[in-house]
Amino acid sequence: MASTAQNFMKLFRGSSHGTEAATPPAAPLTRRSSGLGELSRLWDSETPLCVLDLGSTSPANIRFFTERGHKIYSEDLLVASTEPSLITKDEEGKIVLDSRQFLADNLLYPAAHFDVVLCWNLPDYLDESLVRPVMGRLWSVLKPGGMLLAFFHTKDAGPDSPCFRFHIIGKDMLETQRIVLRREARRGPTGAIHTAINEGFRLQRVFNNRHIETLFRDFASIKFFLARDNIREVLVVR
Amino acid sequence: MSAPLSGDLAQIGKSVVIKGELSGSEDLYVDGQVEGSIALKNNSLTVGPNGQVKASVESKVIVVQGKLEGNVLATDRVELRKSAVVTGDITTQRISIEEGAYLKGKVDIQGKADKAAGK
Repeated sequence: MASTAQNFMKLFRGSSHGTEAATPPAAPLTRRSSGLGELSRLWDSETPLCVLDLGSTSPANIRFFTERGHKIYSEDLLVASTEPSLITKDEEGKIVLDSRQFLADNLLYPAAHFDVVLCWNLPDYLDESLVRPVMGRLWSVLKPGGMLLAFFHTKDAGPDSPCFRFHIIGKDMLETQRIVLRREARRGPTGAIHTAINEGFRLQRVFNNRHIETLFRDFASIKFFLARDNIREVLVVR
Repeated sequence: MSAPLSGDLAQIGKSVVIKGELSGSEDLYVDGQVEGSIALKNNSLTVGPNGQVKASVESKVIVVQGKLEGNVLATDRVELRKSAVVTGDITTQRISIEEGAYLKGKVDIQGKADKAAGK
């Protein structure tokens, strides 16, 4: 299974570099999110929830959860994955990212700590060498019964599908904003400027349903929501 | 951006490096490097655009334009400007975050009732 998935994951690697360079940042758009709507019944909980947001730091999301008395943790894993010191070579001499080092620097939380993890489109844009280790760590930091929301592109999405940040603006409404990294914003946790990043993050692969099920095979249940914009929303329960 | 000027404002310039405990009863503007801890219970701390603070920070108001690594406790409010890079947990009564700011950590909003109860 691993080799099939890995081959599939290579689908978009190495194509059409730099095509986004001249594209101006798009205005924010809104989209309805069935997955978020499904999660929304949790937000009214009187018990404070622990929510982990793995997208770009979002003032809207922080406001959304703190206004409801919940604790929100913010950690931008895509930016963290651009840390140059993570670059290493595997046994075959291929350049990969050091997943052990990545997990030693990121996602450092106690086991079973979070009620909800907002993964957004992280798996589609994260380097291949980090996807499975990160999902394994997310399983361990979720509480039993905790939920994780992730978005996956469908096969109709092209390799230049832009990476978005997601701001929660209602119970099932998101504002999406294309990520265009300014030079100053290309700083990882160490503060280093990552000149290797062009303008934004590139789609690394497209998962089909079976690959998604395999990715979340340790979770108790998985639910798919289809959307019109070449995105499948996936809600998994630990 | 130049440092704000005030009669009760202490400034740490961008060429200054300090290691240790900083405490005081006046506002502080840090545009240099500080490592250790900063406690300004009834005053404000501003980390300027060139500032690099690696410290636990406790203050009434904390404004970050530069880099701050450490846990943050503000009795009133925290402001993360668009150039802010913050790694650490933030506990405060109010927070404002500009688009573009980077935060790795927890945001815990505590009301006065929470503080009194020691939550």
